[in-house]
Amino acid sequence: MLPLAGLLIRAPWTTLPQRLTEPGVLAALRLSLLTATLATVVCLLLGVPLAWLLARARFPGRRLVRALVTVPLVLPPVVGGVALLLVFGRRGLVGGWLDATFGFSLPFTTTGVVVAEAFVAMPFLVISVEGALRGADPRFEEAAATLGASRWTAFRRVTLPLIGPGVAAGAVLCWARALGEFGATITFAGNFPGRTQTMPLAVYLALEQDLDAAIVLSLVLLVVSVVILAGLRDRWLGTS
Amino acid sequence: MRARRLAAVAVAALLAMTGCSSPAADEPIGGGSSGPAGPGSGAAGPVTVLAAASLTESFTAIGTRFEQVNPSAEVSFSFGGSAGLAQQIIAGAPADVFAAASPTTMKTVTDAGAATGTPVTFARNQLVIAVPKGNPKGLATLAALAGSGIKVALCAEQVPCGTAAGKALSAAGVRLTPVTLEQDVKAALAKVKLGEVDAALVYRTDAKAAAADVDGVEFPESAGAVNDYPIVALEDGPNPAGAAAFLTFIRTPEAQRILTDAGFQQP
Repeated sequence: MLPLAGLLIRAPWTTLPQRLTEPGVLAALRLSLLTATLATVVCLLLGVPLAWLLARARFPGRRLVRALVTVPLVLPPVVGGVALLLVFGRRGLVGGWLDATFGFSLPFTTTGVVVAEAFVAMPFLVISVEGALRGADPRFEEAAATLGASRWTAFRRVTLPLIGPGVAAGAVLCWARALGEFGATITFAGNFPGRTQTMPLAVYLALEQDLDAAIVLSLVLLVVSVVILAGLRDRWLGTS
Repeated sequence: MRARRLAAVAVAALLAMTGCSSPAADEPIGGGSSGPAGPGSGAAGPVTVLAAASLTESFTAIGTRFEQVNPSAEVSFSFGGSAGLAQQIIAGAPADVFAAASPTTMKTVTDAGAATGTPVTFARNQLVIAVPKGNPKGLATLAALAGSGIKVALCAEQVPCGTAAGKALSAAGVRLTPVTLEQDVKAALAKVKLGEVDAALVYRTDAKAAAADVDGVEFPESAGAVNDYPIVALEDGPNPAGAAAFLTFIRTPEAQRILTDAGFQQP
C-alpha cells in the first residue's frame, strides 16, 4: 500500500485536469482497456477448454502440459516478447508464412498487443479454472449424461454454472494482468501512440522526460482498474 | 517467511561484503597518493558508472583498461536510456559517475543539484540508417525510408536518439510514420537485427557494434543532428576519488582511441 500512497502524495494535483485532457492519455487508456478486454476474451476461449482438459481428461504428458501452461508466469515478459517475435515475427516460424501468404504480420499492430497480453495472462485463467473444475463434483456431469445430455450440453448447463465463480475470478485476474502488461508488449508489439502504446508503455516513456506526467498516467490506470475490479467483484463474486 | 529471512541474510551479507571491501582496498594506496587523481592513482574500491545505452561496448572496454591501470579499483556499469538513468540519479541511486547521450538529459541532473562540477563533453555521435546485412531493400537515403511498405523503427522522442532522429528528418524534409517508437537505441537496433523492421535510425556506434547483423548507411543530414556525450561526477557518489580518476581516464588518448574505434567522434 505504501508505494500507492507515494504516488498519491507526489501527484501534481494543481496541473492534474490539464494533464488529463492531453489527447495521448485518453488514446493510451482506451487502447489499454480494449486490448486487455480482448485478451481476456481470447484467454477465456482458449483457456477454459484447456483447463477442462487438464482437470478432466487423462492423457499422456498431462503433467508436462500443465507445467508448460505456467511457463509464461516464470518467463520474464521481455523474453516472452522475444519468443513471440521468433514465432510470429516476419522471419518467425508462423509469422514468415503468414506474411508470405496473406501479407499479414502481427508485430507492431493492435492485434499484436492482444496476443502478447493473452500470452502473459493466460496462466492466471487456466490455473483458476482448473482449480474450480477440480473442486466441482464430476457426478453432476455424469447425472446430466444419464439424463441424455450431450457432453457439450452437460458442460454448458451443468459444469459452467458450477465453476462460474472460478471462471470469473480467473478472468478478472487475467484482465488485470493484461492491463498491466509491459515487457512482452513493448518487445513484440513495439510502441506507437494510438496503435500499440498502452498505458504501461506510455508511463515508461513519460518517465524518460517528465516524472509528473508519468505519475498522472499511473494514477489514471490505477483508478480506472480499481473501479472496474471493484465493480466486477460486486457483480460476479459477491452474489455467489 | 523463510524466503524473507533468507533474503534478509543475503542482503546483510552483501552489505557486510561491500562494507569490508572498500577500506581493505584503500590500504595499499593510503600511504602515498593524496594528490589530484590521474590515471593509475587515487582510484580504489568500487566505482559505479551509469552510462547511456549507446556507450555499452566502448565503456565496457574502457572499464577493463581502467581496472588494469588501477588494480584496486572495480568499475561496475549500469547501461540504459539516458533519461531513465537521470531519473534514477535524481531519485538517489548510489552512483559515482554519469555519462549521458545528450546535454539536455545531463541538464536535468545538474539542475537537480545531483552533480559535482560541470559536465565535460567526451565524445560525439551521429546517426546512421541501420539496415539488415546486405541492405536487401537498397535503402540509401532518408527519403527512401518514407517509401511505401518500408517499416521503420525510431527511438521515442523522449530519448536522445529520438530527438536526433527528429532533427535529421526535419533537416531532410522527410515525413515518415514509423511502425514503432522504441524506448532506447538498442531496442530500435534489435528490431532490425530480428528482421522485424527494414530500417532504424541509430547511432553510428551501435550499427558498428552490431556489424555482424546490420549495415550502417551514412546520410548527409546526420551532420545537423550530432549528439554530444557529457560526463560528470555525482554529488552523492560513495567514491569521489574513483569518480575523479574515471573522469580523467576517459580523456586519456587510450580511452579516446577505444571510443573512436567504436565509431564515436572526438569532441
